[in-house]
Amino acid sequence: MRQLIESQSDETFILNLGPQHPSTHGVLRVKLQLDGEYIVEAEPVLGYCHRMHEKMGENRTFAQFMPNCGRMDYLSALAYNHGYVCAVEKAAGIEVPERAEWLRVITVELNRISSHLLWFGAYLLDLGGFTPLLYAFDDRERLLDILDTVTGSRLTYCYFRFGGVYNDIDENFVPAVREFVARMRTRLPMYHKLVTKNIILMKRLEGIGPVSAEMVRKYGATGPVARGSGVSYDVRKNEPYSVYPEVDFDVPVYSEGDSMARYKVRMDEIEQSLRIIEQGLNRLPEGPVMAPKAPKILKPPKGDFYQAVEAARGSFGVRLVSDGTNTPYRLKLRSPSYSNLSLFGEAAQGMLIADAIALLGSLDLVIPEIDR
Amino acid sequence: MNESINIPWLVGSLVAAIAFVALNASMLVWLERKVAGHIQRRIGPKEVGPFGLFQSFADGLKLMSKQLIVPECSDRILFKVAPLLVMVPAIMSFVVIPFSENLVARNINIGLLVIFAFASVNVLGLLLGGWGSANKYAVISGARAVSQNVAYEIPMLVTVVTMIMVTQTMNLNEIVLQQPDIFHWYIFRLNASPLMPVAFLIFFVCSMAETNRAPFDLGEAESELVAGFHTEYAGMGFGLFFLGEYANVFIGCSLATILFLGGWQSPFGVFPGVWWFLLKVYTLIFVVMWARWTFPRTTLYGLLNLSWKILIPISLFNLVLTGVMLKVF
Repeated sequence: MRQLIESQSDETFILNLGPQHPSTHGVLRVKLQLDGEYIVEAEPVLGYCHRMHEKMGENRTFAQFMPNCGRMDYLSALAYNHGYVCAVEKAAGIEVPERAEWLRVITVELNRISSHLLWFGAYLLDLGGFTPLLYAFDDRERLLDILDTVTGSRLTYCYFRFGGVYNDIDENFVPAVREFVARMRTRLPMYHKLVTKNIILMKRLEGIGPVSAEMVRKYGATGPVARGSGVSYDVRKNEPYSVYPEVDFDVPVYSEGDSMARYKVRMDEIEQSLRIIEQGLNRLPEGPVMAPKAPKILKPPKGDFYQAVEAARGSFGVRLVSDGTNTPYRLKLRSPSYSNLSLFGEAAQGMLIADAIALLGSLDLVIPEIDR
Repeated sequence: MNESINIPWLVGSLVAAIAFVALNASMLVWLERKVAGHIQRRIGPKEVGPFGLFQSFADGLKLMSKQLIVPECSDRILFKVAPLLVMVPAIMSFVVIPFSENLVARNINIGLLVIFAFASVNVLGLLLGGWGSANKYAVISGARAVSQNVAYEIPMLVTVVTMIMVTQTMNLNEIVLQQPDIFHWYIFRLNASPLMPVAFLIFFVCSMAETNRAPFDLGEAESELVAGFHTEYAGMGFGLFFLGEYANVFIGCSLATILFLGGWQSPFGVFPGVWWFLLKVYTLIFVVMWARWTFPRTTLYGLLNLSWKILIPISLFNLVLTGVMLKVF
């Protein structure tokens, strides 16, 4: 690493990476202070997609906020659904039928795979490989078709309800998912052959953008970013919710902390999600998908409730303060990408632009979720 | 060779070269999109004309009908000259390329030198385009393009010098005449130097890097530098950069064909002619496209490391080895 000029001077210049830039995937702006191609300082600038979701939550009934959940992290909308309904059910004390719990887990994991597939394609696009994107989208398309038949939408799902799910699955769902799982198992080795073991990719990712476990704790990073740095924290294991305690799955952890580790964590997570889905299909009980006594208009008792779930990007937390009326008093959403992005400024110091792009992509950011 | 300058023939060939460059580029764009499509399990263009063949003409018409926007802060002269500096040398290089024994505009004795002289001007176009457009991304890209081209011109030229030692001529047609069949192609002349296939590989990789093609397209790395040196170019300004890239790809591949793969000579010694030349060149171009749609992009330092630490030492070693072989045998 060469000696970098300490602060702003005539030797450096400011480059605005974004808000319209091909690799910030949305409206993130990163203010880079550059010395040649080396980054002296990187400062993410947020707020270009702010829609006041939290404030909207205070102004509408609990059920009316449901569609907003799918519009924050549009790539793993079901996990956001899950976090919100779990928090409200905790507050209102609603019991969920077992079939609905399993359906939730299966669809959330399917959604996680589709999110990771899109990340895989978009990340390779950042690194200049165009072809993997189309392969990943081919698989993702099949997944979206499956989710479309149960949830009724392709992207911004609003499938869960307080006390269950909106709709039971049809007879085609289980065979279609089984077929997808079998297909995905044959596709993953191909991805590894085409991409993971590519020498150019290995050179571009190994040792690039190291994030230490200490930094992960300092900035509160979660999800694959934390697990790529050797912090074995997965909400599904550490603070179990829903039926995850009954499922047998591993949490992939790599200790290198570089972009390659985060890449591998996500690729391994696809495999683990397939395992969870298979177990869910085998154990899917018969019964109702909606709690029969779930009230139409919710008025949870006064109190302060918190529920975290593992979204595709990390821990998504909902803090719900209820004052006993039919609208929340305060709805605080903790989104994983916000914390994950906050470590970028420190991690990108002294890097080249090309490597910083590799780091930024490996954080797997969804900007509307950061801005909310 | 022929001392008298035949003006009508020269003008005719220049017009033919320009027509060929434009036609070739539009066909290559079509081919590239088809190849990409099939590699990515898509169909590619198919609506405009049979098999979508006229797609690139439609694109060309669109580019030509667009306004040439010159950014306010840019250096107007440099901004307008830069695309020409990419395009004109590319066309000039076609003058000395032997398509067949007689189908060559000017069969001169320093053909190889002429091509490399013109190829070096290409970098200037990229640099001036980047600098003239007064855009930070374009400036970074221009700087990248220069360091990349300098780094790759060295192993390329060292390899070419090796080839000149073996062929003992810089006349491209004579080089081709020395390779009458597949066993006499220079890539397989292991008695001249046992490293000939490696030399071919070095030459091919370098010509890919010289023309800024993926995986070495750092100058226009869209995920980092938006569109690199042609970020600010609209319409035909961009179009000329684009045409120039394909013309350069063609020149790089035809040089590789002439130097190593027997040019217009038939591999079996029968029916030599322009078709063999085009077949070989387009096969190499297909490989270039294949690489582009398979590999991710390298980084600048990865690229420079490859050049300075691997390609240059090997090509220098090959030079010395060839010299010794020529002296001994």
